[in-house]
Amino acid sequence: MTTDDYNRKGEKFLELFNKGKEFTEELLKENQRLRYRLASMEATGTPVANQEEIQQLRSQIQNLADENRRLHERFREVEEENKDFASRYVEIEEQNNNLANLYVASYQLHSTLDFREVIQIVQEIVINLVGAEAFAILLLDEKTNELKTIACEEEKPWTGLENLTVRWGEGVLGKVAKSGEAYYVNQDIEGGEITFEKPLAAVPLKIKEHVIGLIVIYSLLQQKDSFSAVDYELFSLLAAHAATAIFSSKLYSQSERKLNTIQSFLDLLTTT
Amino acid sequence: MENTTFLVVEDSPTMRQLISFSLKRFKNARIIEAVDGVDALKKLSGERIDLILTDINMPVMDGLKLVSLVRQNAQLQSIPIIIITTEGAEEDRERGLALGANAYISKPIQSSHLIKTISELLSTGAIG
Repeated sequence: MTTDDYNRKGEKFLELFNKGKEFTEELLKENQRLRYRLASMEATGTPVANQEEIQQLRSQIQNLADENRRLHERFREVEEENKDFASRYVEIEEQNNNLANLYVASYQLHSTLDFREVIQIVQEIVINLVGAEAFAILLLDEKTNELKTIACEEEKPWTGLENLTVRWGEGVLGKVAKSGEAYYVNQDIEGGEITFEKPLAAVPLKIKEHVIGLIVIYSLLQQKDSFSAVDYELFSLLAAHAATAIFSSKLYSQSERKLNTIQSFLDLLTTT
Repeated sequence: MENTTFLVVEDSPTMRQLISFSLKRFKNARIIEAVDGVDALKKLSGERIDLILTDINMPVMDGLKLVSLVRQNAQLQSIPIIIITTEGAEEDRERGLALGANAYISKPIQSSHLIKTISELLSTGAIG
């Protein structure tokens, strides 16, 4: 390093030192000024800010905090209401769906007076709306006082449902027919084995208090685990519609048969 | 989702009516009904269909055959298809979807679920 280099470095250091000195002097001056100002304020008793103004600001802060709290509470209330509306919406949607099902089912049931067609519609409803896999529709034979299968849907192990015969008032099914009270087994709660005598559900086909038959369910579709609360309601309403549809179509076919017989008899009389 | 034309393929008149009833929630929905796969193909050749809803178990031609034929047809293959059936086993579902159905709904159907599935398919313009 040459002498010139040392000189340059020295000059730079001096320059820096001078700047530092100026800065320190300024700081000292400012310090002194502030001390003086504080001392004079203390001497005259001048407040740092107006007390009234402070009070107002505090009260405003308090009001804003209260408002904030009220808004939070209202927000929570509205949120709760919203949740309530959402769950009510789901319930109404479900009810709407059930009403639509019921409307379509009853419309179909009363769309014909053909007995076999009515039975076919009842079967479709039990499969598609109730979700039954194996079931039987039993009608009361008033001469023998027995309930006999008139239509069924079999699925292993529920075979032989077509030959089901139940005495009025005997066993679970006979008692359901006699009492007119539906019978359900909720397997989730009650468990137990389902047998021909003790099915999953037995719903009386009832016109007012007059039982004309039963819908007996032995198993549900794979995707349907058990009956829901709505199913019981829907099932009972459907059974009532099915009962009138079956009964009126049966009467109609009987009257048609009788009419044909009388007509044939009259034809025979007029031709001889 | 306005002015959508649906083809409902179902042999049960009760189910046809029930599905059609649900579809009326779509504004100006046009619903064409078919009783089996063959009837559906006839209707498909003469109408512009936006979405097909089909049962599986039907006489003459079942729903799976219909799905497969629609997917093989260059003019029809882009139509979204929903299978609605009592067959609820996982393998049935997989078979239906593998053939090209866009959605698989097991009976008994919930109208809200059906509407949601249709809305999703129509808004995404799903193709099987």
